Amino acid sequence: MSKVHVTTTVNGDTVEFLTDPRETLLDCLRDKLGMTGSKEGCGTGDCGACSVMLDGVLVSSCLVLGVEAEGKTVDTIEGMAKGNDLHPLQRKFVEHAALQCGFCTPGFLVASKALLDQNPDPTEEEVRYWLAGNLCRCTGYDKIVRAVLDAAAELRGEAA
Amino acid sequence: MAKDEYKEFRLVGTRPDRPDGLDKVTGRARYGADIAAPGMLWAAVVRSPHAHARIVRIDTSKAEALPGVKAVITRADFPEGLTGEAWNMQENTMAGERALYDGHAVAAVAAISALIAQDAARLVEVEYEILPHVTDVDEAIKPDAPVIRAGAADATVPEGMPPNVVRYMEFGHGDLDAGFAAADLVMEKTYKTEATHQGYIEPHACLGQLGSDGKGEMWVCTQGHWYIRKMCTDVLGLDPAQLRVTPSEIGGGFGGKTTIFMEPLSLALSRKAGGRPVKVVMSRAEVLRATGPTASASMDVKIGMKKDGTMTAGKVVFRMQGGAFPGAPVDMALYCAFAAYKVPALHHEGFDVLANRPRAAAYRAPGSPMAAYAVESLVDEMCKELNLDPIDTRLKNAVRDGDQSSYGPKFGSIGLVEVLEAMKAHPNLQAPLGPNQGRGVASGFWFNHGGDTSVSMAISEDGTAQVSIGTPDIGGLRASIALMTAETLGIAYDDVRVNVVETGALGVNEPTHGSRATFASGKAAVIAARQAITEMCRRAAAEWGIDAEAVEWVDGAAQPAGPNAGKFPPMTIKEIAAKMSSTGGPIAGHHESVPDGVGASFGAHVVDVEVDPETGRTTILRYLVVQDAGRAIHPSYVEGQYQGGAAQGIGWALNEGYIYGDDGRLQNPVFLDYRVPVASDLPMIDTVIVEVPNPGHPYGVRGVGETGITPPLPAIANAIHAATGARLRSLPMNPPSVLAAIKALG
Repeated sequence: MSKVHVTTTVNGDTVEFLTDPRETLLDCLRDKLGMTGSKEGCGTGDCGACSVMLDGVLVSSCLVLGVEAEGKTVDTIEGMAKGNDLHPLQRKFVEHAALQCGFCTPGFLVASKALLDQNPDPTEEEVRYWLAGNLCRCTGYDKIVRAVLDAAAELRGEAA
Repeated sequence: MAKDEYKEFRLVGTRPDRPDGLDKVTGRARYGADIAAPGMLWAAVVRSPHAHARIVRIDTSKAEALPGVKAVITRADFPEGLTGEAWNMQENTMAGERALYDGHAVAAVAAISALIAQDAARLVEVEYEILPHVTDVDEAIKPDAPVIRAGAADATVPEGMPPNVVRYMEFGHGDLDAGFAAADLVMEKTYKTEATHQGYIEPHACLGQLGSDGKGEMWVCTQGHWYIRKMCTDVLGLDPAQLRVTPSEIGGGFGGKTTIFMEPLSLALSRKAGGRPVKVVMSRAEVLRATGPTASASMDVKIGMKKDGTMTAGKVVFRMQGGAFPGAPVDMALYCAFAAYKVPALHHEGFDVLANRPRAAAYRAPGSPMAAYAVESLVDEMCKELNLDPIDTRLKNAVRDGDQSSYGPKFGSIGLVEVLEAMKAHPNLQAPLGPNQGRGVASGFWFNHGGDTSVSMAISEDGTAQVSIGTPDIGGLRASIALMTAETLGIAYDDVRVNVVETGALGVNEPTHGSRATFASGKAAVIAARQAITEMCRRAAAEWGIDAEAVEWVDGAAQPAGPNAGKFPPMTIKEIAAKMSSTGGPIAGHHESVPDGVGASFGAHVVDVEVDPETGRTTILRYLVVQDAGRAIHPSYVEGQYQGGAAQGIGWALNEGYIYGDDGRLQNPVFLDYRVPVASDLPMIDTVIVEVPNPGHPYGVRGVGETGITPPLPAIANAIHAATGARLRSLPMNPPSVLAAIKALG
């Protein structure tokens, strides 16, 4: 099958790649652009480990084809910190021990940022339902939810 | 809350950021599938769609003819003549004469892209002759069940047993008849648990390379890379020392990544493809169909109890299937069944049964959750019958320091009584319950483990330290090892770097399993650090011209041990390190052993549930884990183990389970249908870290990883009973089964 040339913007950089139309955006990010921060946990949109922002919308990149990224804007975990300045969510995940194996962490961070960008003061229940599409098998979610609530408070300028 | 502060410790018990945290929140950490190599090929695996079938013919010619395909392998590419466990592993890696379960690998392809490999896999033609199959343990143990493998039974199986029984065990103590005769109440019930999967979010992945000279390398996500090395070389007939295995970061394991699945395929494909590296990444469906779930179990329990709650006798008969190979953890389940109780007469009997399912792998306290579901449920049923408090009844029968365990050895220092007392004092037990709500209690046990351990450490030129360990870090291990090493050396936490190193760098290490890594690698790191301290004291003594025995190590510096030793200002680790090349060369320590002093682990959980009487859906309202950690080195990660174990147990109790169709095919091999708990299913999970220090570890560590998954199964069953009056003796307790149980009450 002949390949398609795709030009897209990833974390602010214009990038190009050739993709087979069957390949997912996740495949392209990982195997063509070397951005392995987004993970494949299921390939069926059930685990959220591949979460990225596509034109500002939270998506499972395993359910998006690489060719669909043409002309769009993709934001991944690799773009969340600004240089060496971590996003408060990233810092709070470490501080709260909200990761054990860390495999689901990039997806949780991308999804959590999408939540806080549109709802800066979520309740615990809102955090839990928003993150219900992200599977973590290590933590039981307790410390993840606490980290998100604490990061939200910091972003609102409240003392934790 | 945890006891965070120890007057006697500077660092142990604190909660610093983990050293690998930055890499893991920025996406930089490299897991199994996150690596590529020059000239790399991609693999795809052809798997049996049948539960049990004779492989009549495999034609690989069309696959081999596809442009871009570099190698196709079948069982014919593996050495013949293996026996015992090596044969079992080879047979599970790649089917021989028969496919033994849905998802059993029968061929594999390597090509220049993942898509070409997948296309080629579809071109491999396999002709099957479908055979009768069996997947349920109670069906598989029948005398006329389809025979999975004749002659697989070992010497423990008496003559005349059904053909799929491959291991049999029986043990106990005391006068069982007298024990039951002394009871005021004797109850006997049967319980069943379905197989569940470890459900790590990272699918298995590896990158293997093997030359025609028998030398190879592998990058792999695993709990134990020496196990991978031994198992791969056993299956392929290679020399272990010639295979160098490097562990990636690991995206969860829970026991399921302590063995091989497709790893030998990458090596065999690489060898056939002229030594080009071959990457194999499993899909989620492959993970669920073909990697280690746990066993399913059918269990009879009989207990005798006096009116005051004293247990007089107990008997269990456990039947477990662990797939098409021996190894269901029925032995462990029997050992754990009554481990929390002191009972004068006990009898245990167990059957390891073959069935047409994937080979079971370890899953967090293998066998213990099933045993707890059976025994802790029946104890609760009897407490309710006799109107006894479930915690007081457990306290009355609790094992204590020095007691003989139900499975033989005497316990050392244990904390079951302290756990139960801490649970009684917790405010969750005072929370009022409304209609359709109920509270359940259960306790749990795991042995913990020592295992082959090899650690080395070295002092750098500036007095900082590096530690090389062989147990992969799955949940904060580097932080714990750094805390213990820094505590011992008297230096800062940030001055220690802990590296998980490859097989070429250390002696053999068992995996991060058995709740052993913080205990065993930690103990070895402390002993290695003490060696370095001895050497640093010797260097200071030489400079001062006094006996090495007259020097002691205090707060990161050598100093004279007393007024008689001489008057010298303390010599710090930085000063000693700075001149090490002129005082005798590198300063290092290492330790190799199978560490003794393993401390057994007890925990107990309290859960409050609400059951919707119209749908049968169970909601977890409150959850409390109380467990003895010995000593919590990094309390946040201890809490994390408690919470994670509880969440997995909640999933096992309420929702998870392998669903097989009449055709023997797995019907739920995706996360949509194999539904693990999500954030909105759970409340915060409260924890109490009880600390009864283990005298067998320099800082009192017991190991905390596994016990937490054992009590949720019965605790939730007990809570559902309290809420509804319905007793669920089969898992999962999903809405349809709970609703049916409620309706059956009339």
